[in-house]
Amino acid sequence: MKATKDLPNEKTDNHKAAADERTIFGFWVYLMTDLLMFAGLFAAYAVLHNNTFGGPTTHELFNLPFALAETLILLTSSFTCGLGMLAAHKNKKNHVLAWFAVTFLLGLAFLGLELSEFSKLVSEGNTWQRNAFLSSFFTLVATHGLHITVGLLWMSICMGAVWFRGLTPGITRKLTLLSMFWHFLDIVWIFIFTVVYLMGVM
Amino acid sequence: MEQFLLGKLTWSALPHEWFTIGGTGAFFALGAGVIAFLTYLKRWKWLWNNWLTSVDPKKIGIMYIVVAVFMFARGALDAAMIWLQQILGASNVPGVLESQHGYLSSNHFQQIFTAHGDIMVFFVTMGFLFGLINLIVPLQIGARDLAFPFLNTLGFWLYVAGVVMINCFFLVGGEFGATGWLAISPLSELQFSPGVGVDYWIWSLQVSGIGTLIGGINFFVTILKMRAPGMTLMRMPLFTWASLCSMSLVITIFPILAITIALLTMDRFFGMHFFTTNFGGNPMMYWNLIWMWGHPEVYVLIIPSFGIYSEIVSTFSQKKSFGYSSLVAALIGVTVLSFSVWLHHFFTMGAGADINAFFGIMTMIIAIPTGMQIVNWALTMFRGRIIYSSPMYWFFGFISTFTFGGMAGVLMASPATDFQLHNSLFLVAHFHTMIVGGALFGIFAGITYWWPKVMGFRLNERLGKYAFWFWLIGFFVAFTPLYILGFMGATRRLDHYDASTGWQPLFIVAGVGLVIIMMGFAIQILQIIVSIIQRKENRDTTGDPWNGRTLEWATSSPPPFYNFAVIPEVTSRDAFWEIKKQKKTHVKYKDIELPKNTAMGIYLAGFVFLFGFAMVWHVIWLILASLIGCIACVTIKSFDENNEYTLTAAQLERMEKDREKYNFLKADVLSS
Repeated sequence: MKATKDLPNEKTDNHKAAADERTIFGFWVYLMTDLLMFAGLFAAYAVLHNNTFGGPTTHELFNLPFALAETLILLTSSFTCGLGMLAAHKNKKNHVLAWFAVTFLLGLAFLGLELSEFSKLVSEGNTWQRNAFLSSFFTLVATHGLHITVGLLWMSICMGAVWFRGLTPGITRKLTLLSMFWHFLDIVWIFIFTVVYLMGVM
Repeated sequence: MEQFLLGKLTWSALPHEWFTIGGTGAFFALGAGVIAFLTYLKRWKWLWNNWLTSVDPKKIGIMYIVVAVFMFARGALDAAMIWLQQILGASNVPGVLESQHGYLSSNHFQQIFTAHGDIMVFFVTMGFLFGLINLIVPLQIGARDLAFPFLNTLGFWLYVAGVVMINCFFLVGGEFGATGWLAISPLSELQFSPGVGVDYWIWSLQVSGIGTLIGGINFFVTILKMRAPGMTLMRMPLFTWASLCSMSLVITIFPILAITIALLTMDRFFGMHFFTTNFGGNPMMYWNLIWMWGHPEVYVLIIPSFGIYSEIVSTFSQKKSFGYSSLVAALIGVTVLSFSVWLHHFFTMGAGADINAFFGIMTMIIAIPTGMQIVNWALTMFRGRIIYSSPMYWFFGFISTFTFGGMAGVLMASPATDFQLHNSLFLVAHFHTMIVGGALFGIFAGITYWWPKVMGFRLNERLGKYAFWFWLIGFFVAFTPLYILGFMGATRRLDHYDASTGWQPLFIVAGVGLVIIMMGFAIQILQIIVSIIQRKENRDTTGDPWNGRTLEWATSSPPPFYNFAVIPEVTSRDAFWEIKKQKKTHVKYKDIELPKNTAMGIYLAGFVFLFGFAMVWHVIWLILASLIGCIACVTIKSFDENNEYTLTAAQLERMEKDREKYNFLKADVLSS
């Protein structure tokens, strides 16, 4: 009966633990589907990034130090998010609130930088309607930005829940999912930084 | 201000043509009839509490199938309109085609064409599949509910929202996409399709597609994480295996569908240039993306049917499946290979000889694991004591149609041949053979096979066999002419042609075939009505009417709402076959937890529908309001930790003594 060892646990007393494990596994599966969605966007960008239709090329548009600053901010926010989770597992409510507040502010700063880049592009006439390259650029980067926005919204709701209800098992599980989501967005951004900005300027 | 409040909505969006008035009238009549019936029976509260808000996969499964049957009627009506046009569309005046062609305008014909394809794939076949998987998979793996009960009801209601969206144009807008079932670009771009038809297409598929993706994740996790103790992967019933393969395809490809449709939305809503013909857009990228979803999608449809046939052949041959491992390997092989064949949908794109050759060869290779299963089924029947019941009839029908259509498919897998047959009626005949003769026959077999488990009584055998013969004969009469017409040069989406082509007689034969198929469908409805009337005679008191082998037959028919009072221990494949051989031992009951019903799935899907509707008509305030509604629903739901209730061991023991009263169809909700 070697095979029964790794079987799912269905005993009633372990009901909650099994449900938690399923939720986390299910969230992993969701993240993979989201990754495939980004894969579609990356593919579109790869196909269209030279179709500038007479507009500026990637070399002329992207500012590497600016994108690097965005990257460092997002990476730091992932780190502080991790510290927040460590505090959650130690059941330190105030530390959790503090670290997630820092993460939230860093995320907000990232979003602000991204929007300022967008507004600069638009003000120079390089809107998403100008050519296929800019369409795919705006869609790819803004989809990531939209995910960040959802993450920030989720984070603020979770922080409210921690503030009012404390670190119940349910809320700690939500924080776990949130941190997985946040790290996932970080990884996607590394790819955006590489494919869009680094390879665009090289 | 008017722009802000109403977007693109004007009075002219209200029904004013014969088909929109007719459609709206039909839907209102249906709605009014249902409302009057429910009010007369005083069943509103019962409907809401026991069905619409239910998270029981068995009830959600039944609701999926009911919606799918209604959509089948709608899709079949579309098919009848298409065929009538093609019969009447022959012009006898040489060279003056435009003056006289049938009773539909070209544009209207193309809309019906689009709707027929989308409805039959997304809302009929997918609806039936999710219905059957909901009904049977939890029972087969010995689970009480799904991994995420709320996501299951949400997925179902998103599917319903998609159904409403695809029928919405009758009431508001008056047009659907005239672009083919996959909204081929650049035709679907704003430049060529400025109306809201394509937008309705977009949001109908986007909303129901997200529902499908959610369902896919749910079943994937359920099958992997919630099997009864002892049920290793290689002890799973074959329908569960097939569902697992189908659901892993769903979670891999539906994100691609979502993003492809989203990019088309970007083009149409924000004026971007992904698939436009100018500003550097690339229409052929749309073809690649949509078929990267679309080809695996046809395997999503057919693979569960493979699983159903495996179960049926084994049960009615009264033998275990021949070569279980090779059947599993074949399912996995089809699943993996299905990702590497999408380009065969557009060999004519001109990707080059090497690329076409690669995809052509891969397409031929995928026929091997498919054929392997047919050999396995044949060897399962070999020296078995075959019972010729109606599910077996569907199986034999499937073997004949599927082999026929499969050979047509392999023929077209050769790029050189495909250049001749591309977009011809030969292709149309081929994929109808696969989807009707393959997937749909399997679904009918599955419904007949599992009907007594779910409803507690068997379907009338005689009428079932009549229905089968009408379907099979009608099928060949309807589609064989299309193969011939394809060779003669008739293309798909053809709404009129010159009578001198000599095609009209063949179109008439095909129309006769459709009438025969419709008679088969009518007999199936009659079969259900007659079976309900005769339910006392055909009652299944054993829970195991076919001498089955897998766990779903270990419960009573219909199963109690908690499925299993005690989760069975599995020691081998064909778990119930082993249990039957053993003597019944004393069972010890324990407390169990079950999910509570929730209406949040309905509310959330309602807001998603409003969001889609607002996007179609560019109603900015409604877009924002519905988004806020969605966020509110998700937040409220995610902080509701009181979503389960407990059945104590004592309650369970009492219920087990009176299972008839506590079957899931009868038991009133204990949770709310």
